[in-house]
Amino acid sequence: MKHEIFEKNSILLVIGILVVVSIGGIIEIAPLFYLENTIEKVQGMRPYTPLELAGRNIYVREGCYNCHSQMVRPLRDEVERYGHYSLAAESMYDHPFQWGSKRTGPDLARVGGKYTDEWHRAHMDDPRSVVPESIMPGYPFLAKTALNYQKIADDLQANRSLGVPYSDEDMASAVADIETQINPDSDNVDAFLARYPKAQVRDFDGNPQMISELDALIAYMQMLGTLVDFDLYQADAFYR
Amino acid sequence: MTHAEVSHFAQTWGLVFLVVMFATGVIYALWPSNKHKFDAAARLPLEDDAANKEK
Amino acid sequence: MTQIPTQTSSNGRSAMAEIAAIAALAAGAVLSLFLSLNAADPVMAFHAVLFVAAGALGVIGVGYMWRQRASGRSSTEGYNDGVVKYGVIASLFWGIAGFAVGLYIALQLAYPLLNLDLPWTTFGRLRPLHTSAVIFAFGGNVLIATSFYVVQRTCKARLAGEIAPWFVFWGYNLFIVIAATGYLLGVTQSKEYAEPEWYADLWLTIVWVVYLLVFLGTLWKRKEPHIYVANWFYLAFIVTIAMLHIVNNLTLPVSLAGTKSYSLFAGVQSALTQWWYGHNAVGFFLTAGFLAIMYYFVPKRAERPVYSYRLSIIHFWSLIFLYIWAGPHHLHYTALPDWAQTLGMTFSVMLWMPSWGGMINGLMTLSGAWDKLRTDAVLRMLVVSVAFYGMSTFEGPMMSIKAVNALSHYTDWTIGHVHSGALGWVAFVSFGAIYCLVPWLWKKEGLYSDKLVSWHFWLSTLGIVLYITAMWVSGILQGLMWRDYDGLGFLEYSFVETVEAMHPFYLIRALGGALFLIGALIMAYNVWRTISGASAAKAAAPALAE
Repeated sequence: MKHEIFEKNSILLVIGILVVVSIGGIIEIAPLFYLENTIEKVQGMRPYTPLELAGRNIYVREGCYNCHSQMVRPLRDEVERYGHYSLAAESMYDHPFQWGSKRTGPDLARVGGKYTDEWHRAHMDDPRSVVPESIMPGYPFLAKTALNYQKIADDLQANRSLGVPYSDEDMASAVADIETQINPDSDNVDAFLARYPKAQVRDFDGNPQMISELDALIAYMQMLGTLVDFDLYQADAFYR
Repeated sequence: MTHAEVSHFAQTWGLVFLVVMFATGVIYALWPSNKHKFDAAARLPLEDDAANKEK
Repeated sequence: MTQIPTQTSSNGRSAMAEIAAIAALAAGAVLSLFLSLNAADPVMAFHAVLFVAAGALGVIGVGYMWRQRASGRSSTEGYNDGVVKYGVIASLFWGIAGFAVGLYIALQLAYPLLNLDLPWTTFGRLRPLHTSAVIFAFGGNVLIATSFYVVQRTCKARLAGEIAPWFVFWGYNLFIVIAATGYLLGVTQSKEYAEPEWYADLWLTIVWVVYLLVFLGTLWKRKEPHIYVANWFYLAFIVTIAMLHIVNNLTLPVSLAGTKSYSLFAGVQSALTQWWYGHNAVGFFLTAGFLAIMYYFVPKRAERPVYSYRLSIIHFWSLIFLYIWAGPHHLHYTALPDWAQTLGMTFSVMLWMPSWGGMINGLMTLSGAWDKLRTDAVLRMLVVSVAFYGMSTFEGPMMSIKAVNALSHYTDWTIGHVHSGALGWVAFVSFGAIYCLVPWLWKKEGLYSDKLVSWHFWLSTLGIVLYITAMWVSGILQGLMWRDYDGLGFLEYSFVETVEAMHPFYLIRALGGALFLIGALIMAYNVWRTISGASAAKAAAPALAE
C-alpha cells in the first residue's frame, strides 16, 4: 500500500511531513502580505525619531513586553480604560511587534501623554514611590547610564533596508536629531519637527548634563499611541 | 486578489481537498490487509533488547 | 584475513572525519577570535570568546577521541550510549536550574524587592531565562537524549557518525549558554520563546541540521523494514522546528560584529509569524517530541505494544496537519484580520480530536495491566503525564474560543494552562523516561530507591495542582475585575487594584513551584545514588549474550 512508502523511505517521510506542516502556515501568513485591507490607511503614522527608536530598543532590552501589552482590544472595558482600540497601522514600523501576551502591568499602547515626565522619572527610579501597590521592578540605573547613540544611524539604516521610510536627511542628521529632541532651545527644532511631525521636544529626564537611557525610554513612552489622527479614521472602511 | 475570492475558494475546493486527504489517511490506517504489518511494527519497542549488541 | 583491510579502511575514514572536524573547529575558533577583537559591543565580544573556548575544547575533545580509537580503547560496535548519558545528566541539571529560576521570578511577582533593581536581575530579563531553560535546555536535552536512545533501539542500528552526535549535544548546550547569558546582559529579539539574537540562531541552525542528519543517517542504517511511529514524531519535531526557527528568525543585523538586529517582518505580519512559531514550538517541540517519548517508553515500561498502531498513524498525520493552523488564537481581538482569527480558532478546536486520540492511545496501552500502576511509580508518572496531556489539550481548545479568550487572554489563566502542560505533561513524561533510562544506561538492576520516586511523584503532583488552581483563580478573577462596572456605569477597579488582588495567589503559586523543585532535587539525588551505587549490573549478562 502507498503508506508503506512513508514507513520505509525516510526521505519521503520528511517530504510528507514538510508538505503537511507547510499548508496551514502558507494559507494563514502569506495573504497578510498582499490582502489590501490588512493594514488600515491612516493619517499620522511616521517612523520613530532616533531618540524614540533608541528608547524602544531599551524597552526591548529590558523585556518590558513580558508584562506589558501594546494592543488594546475592541472590548468595551479596554477602550474605556486605555483608549481607542489598536490598529494594525500603528505597529507597521515595529520590527518586531511589541503587542505582548500578558498584562502583569497595564497596556501601554496609548500611554503617551497620560503621565508627566516627572511621574515617569519617579516611577522608573522606584515604582512604589508613585504606585504603592505596584510589583514592577525599579530601573534606577537608566537615569545614571549615558545613552550610547553615536551609531544610531546604523539602526535607522537597518530599518530603512526593511522598508521603514527614513529619508536621506533623516539618516544624515540622526545623531544631531537625538541632541535636538532633548533641547527645545536648539536651532534645529523646526527642521526636526518638519521631518517628524508630533515629535515631542524637551529634556525628558530633567538632567541637562547627560543624554541618558531614561531620556530615550520616556521619549518612546510619551509618543506611544499618539500618532494616528482618529478624527479622520473610518472604521467601517476596514472591515476584514 | 480579494478576501471574498479567497474565502470562496477555501469554502469549496479547500473543503473538498481536506475531506479527501482525511479520508485517504483513515482508509489506509483501517485497510484490513495492513493489520499484520502494523502489529509487527507495534512490537518494535518490546523486541530491541533481544538484538541488543552492547559494547 | 579479510577483516584487517576492513578495519584499516574504517580507521582511515574515522581519521579523515577527525581531521576534518579538527580543521572546522579550529577555523571556527580563529574566526571567533577575530570577531571578539572587532566586536561592536561588549556582549558580542564576550560571546565570541565563548565560541573561541568552545572551539578549542572541541579540538581537544576530537583529539581525545582520536587517541582512544588509535589505542583501541573505543569501540564503534553496539549502541552509542555515551552521548545519551550526557544528555540525561544535562537534562537534570538544566531542569533544576530552570525550575529554580521559575520559583525565583514567581517570588518576584509576590515580593518585587527581589528584583534587586539591578539590570541583570529584573523580571523582564529573568523570565526569558526561565522559559528558555525549561523548554529548550531541559526539554531539548531530554529530546536529544531520548531520540538518540530510541532511534538506535527501534532501528537496531548504531547512531550515525561518531563525532556528529557529540557535536549535536555540545553544540546545542553551547547555544543554551549563549542564549542564557545574552538574556541576562540584555540581548534579546523580544519574541517570546525566540529571544536569542541572530548569531545564536545561526549557530542553532548549524547544530540542528547536523541533528537531522544524525537522525536520518541512523534511520538509513536500520535493520528493520519499518520506521517505528515514535521516530515519525521525532522526525516531525526536528523538521518542523527547523522550518519554524528559520522563518521566524529572519532578521537583519545592524552590524555583523554586533548583537542587535531588526526582524524582517513588522507589525501584524511579525505578530502572526511569531505566534505561528510560538504555538508550534508548543506543538512540535513540547508535543510531537514528547509524544515520541510516550510512544516508546509507555509500551516499553508496561511491557505491551501500543493500544492501536492504526490510531497512531491517524494521530500523527492529523496532529501535525492541524497544529500548524492554531497560531492565530494567540492574537484574538487584536489588529490581526478577523478571517485569520477565525481560522485559528476553528483549527484549535479541531485539534482537540487528534490530541485526545493520542491520549487514549497512550492510556489504553495499559489495558489489562492497570495493576502495574500500584507497584511501579515510574509507570505511574508516565501515565499521569498522559492524563495531564489530555487535560491541557482540552483546556487549550476551550481557551481558543474567542468568547473565552476575551476573558482569559493577558491573564494568569494562560500561565496556568501552559504550566499544566509543561509541568504535568512535558516534565512528567521526561521524568518517567529518565527514571527508565538511568538503570538501562548505567547497567543497574534498578533505581536506588523506588520510594523516593513515589515521593517525587506526590510532591510534584501536589505542586502542579497548587500552581494551576492558583492561576485559574487569579486569572479568572483578574479578567472579571478588569471588565467589572459599578452601578453608575464606570469601571469598578483601577488596574493596580487588580494587581493587588493577585498577591495571595502568587504566594500559592510559588509554594507549588517550590514543591515541584523539591521533587526534582529528590530525583537528582536518586539518580546520583543509582549511578554511583555499586549495585550488581543487571544488563551485563544479556549484553554479553551477543
